[in-house]
Amino acid sequence: MMMANRQYGRAQRTGLRIRKLEASTVRAIASQFAVFAAIAAVGAYLGANLLDNLAQRSIHTGFAFLAQSAGFNIGASLVPFSSSDTYARALLVGLANTLVVAACGILLSTTFGTIVGIARLSRNPLVGSFAGAYVEAVRNVPLLLQLFLWYAIMTEALPPARAALRLLPGVFLSKNGLDLPLLVHASATVYVIPAAAVGGIVAWRLSRRYRAYRRLATIFVPIMVVGVTVLACALAWGMPKLEMPVWHRFRFEGGAELPPEFLALVIGLSAYNTAFIAEIVRSGIQSVGRGQRDAAAALGLRYGQVLRFIILPQAKRVIVPPLGTQYLNLTKNSSLAVAIGYPDLMSIADTTLNQTGQAIEVISLIMAVYLLLSLMIALGMNAYNARDARWGSVT
Amino acid sequence: MKRFILAVVIAVALASPEAHAGKTLDAITARGSIICGVSTGVGGFAIADSQGKWAGLTVDFCRAVAAAVLGDADKVKFVPLSPQQRFTALQSGQVDILSTLATWTLTRDASLGLIYAGVYFYDGQGFLVPGSLNVHHAKELDGAAICTASGTTSELNLADYFHANQITYKPIVFDSQNEARTAFFNGRCQALSADVSYLSSVRASDAAHPEDYTILPEVISKEPLGPVVSRDDLDWFTDVKWILYALVEAEEKGITAANVDAMLKSNDPAARRLLGTDEGLGKKLGLSDRWAYNAIKQVGNYGEIFERNVGLKTPLRLERGLNALWTHGGLMYAMPPR
Repeated sequence: MMMANRQYGRAQRTGLRIRKLEASTVRAIASQFAVFAAIAAVGAYLGANLLDNLAQRSIHTGFAFLAQSAGFNIGASLVPFSSSDTYARALLVGLANTLVVAACGILLSTTFGTIVGIARLSRNPLVGSFAGAYVEAVRNVPLLLQLFLWYAIMTEALPPARAALRLLPGVFLSKNGLDLPLLVHASATVYVIPAAAVGGIVAWRLSRRYRAYRRLATIFVPIMVVGVTVLACALAWGMPKLEMPVWHRFRFEGGAELPPEFLALVIGLSAYNTAFIAEIVRSGIQSVGRGQRDAAAALGLRYGQVLRFIILPQAKRVIVPPLGTQYLNLTKNSSLAVAIGYPDLMSIADTTLNQTGQAIEVISLIMAVYLLLSLMIALGMNAYNARDARWGSVT
Repeated sequence: MKRFILAVVIAVALASPEAHAGKTLDAITARGSIICGVSTGVGGFAIADSQGKWAGLTVDFCRAVAAAVLGDADKVKFVPLSPQQRFTALQSGQVDILSTLATWTLTRDASLGLIYAGVYFYDGQGFLVPGSLNVHHAKELDGAAICTASGTTSELNLADYFHANQITYKPIVFDSQNEARTAFFNGRCQALSADVSYLSSVRASDAAHPEDYTILPEVISKEPLGPVVSRDDLDWFTDVKWILYALVEAEEKGITAANVDAMLKSNDPAARRLLGTDEGLGKKLGLSDRWAYNAIKQVGNYGEIFERNVGLKTPLRLERGLNALWTHGGLMYAMPPR
């Protein structure tokens, strides 16, 4: 006992538990260091070999090409881009496109995945079997084939732009894609989106505080925030006008155009991930003990209420971690855009790689970008999951 | 620091033993065949039939190289490569020679560690449009959607042309030429832009009614197509260059696959020199003296290769145009083999 105390001594008084290094610990540390050194040595050898080969073949290295002018145009971009802009800007445009596809895909697949997952557990045999058939069919066909199918539908089944389908005044659907009216004074649109986001977050916070006023806050606050912002923009820049797409020779001028490549990619990715998320949701719901359902039924709650108030909040614990994985899959699978002609990050990196010949730099750059994106999504999901596990239902 | 980071990050993926440095020729002789990178299926230039046998102008050039180097035109292995992969494949030594429809540009010659060994086809970029569009000149394509393939000079030339003429367009860029042409024939875009030879080939093979499609008269760029080799073996580069010249020179001298045996004994010293009857040019190239004879006998001279694959009797129906001999108003000019 006395010996043990001497060992801990001052450390014990401060509450830490530090022990003198024993021989086995030294061995453990030394062996780990040796393994690390070995891996580093292998890495260094391969790296040196790589640089040697490159120099031998007179292939240039370095990231200087990013400042060169790109020389090509990009078909669909959120920010203006011309052929005289740099490769770096082109890659940023590609990144923005990837993020838009990933965001839309995540939203759509989560929504529909939850619906299909619940539908699969429905007592109605028709609904249950349709949902089951959908999940099994979509899960087992490679994603690339599904994307080709959706793209073929977009380009073959839809009418040519001259004879576009007029879904609503100003909304046209054709081989050229979906043409929508757009708020001109793009600055107004740019402010409405973050205003809506801010409004949503404020409403969410308020609704947690004032649970009794939850419904009111959720509707009232965002409307207020958006309305005030739009009014402020109108006063500053003049009333934003709605610009309608107008037919001009080959395509619709004005308004926003969602190209069929984008539509096919988002729909294809969402449909694919819906199947996986449906299975995750189903497993989450089934993980909640039968006792919960029986107790809720005994209380007289309807099935919809049971799901909403009892089962889903508990199922979330099981659903959220694999959901994060599905989001990562969706983000990375968006790189298949290159096969159907949508200019996402991978596609533009491909073009850059071919025009400059700097295969290694470009590939390492986009690998780093995808890694960063994935890590951010994983971080977000883990934070949400941690709060959910700790504090129960987060919303 | 930058070099260190690059090395650590990428090293594993690119681990490879000592590269194909030194004599490509030695490697080819040891292997017994040439590995030739070709395009993935362009009618008339490089296309495999249902038995997997490759045919086309660029394919025939590789066969001529095999005949000259190894004595047998069939000792070639064809590797189909998309525009994305072709230069990387040659850079890494997976193929000995690239015989594709890749245009000779400054960037490709100077910064890839590769070098062009001549021109076997002078081409230009054009537009293929459906007749129903009622477009007769390229400038009328203002605002049109144009399909093209990624990694080609087509993308860059389009940007330059439309910028220079102050008109706009929407590029729809696909991973491969196949998807670009499928999208065009489905009506996704108003025009397909690629080399005119490729457009002729596509119109002949993919369109249900070829007469419904027009190739616009404007040729918006120079697209000289030629074989590419690695920069680190200049001997191999010299060999490939002179095999191409030999084929053109043979046409100039009137040597064909049919009469090459007779020409061995001809009175023309130039012909005898080329075919190896007299002083050995082959030895200077590190090849056998029968290098040109084998190539011509087994594959034909340049004119025969042209006519057989893309000439007037083929579905492509291309005229010699710029690809005629210099004596007939074209650009095919062989340096004197002596």
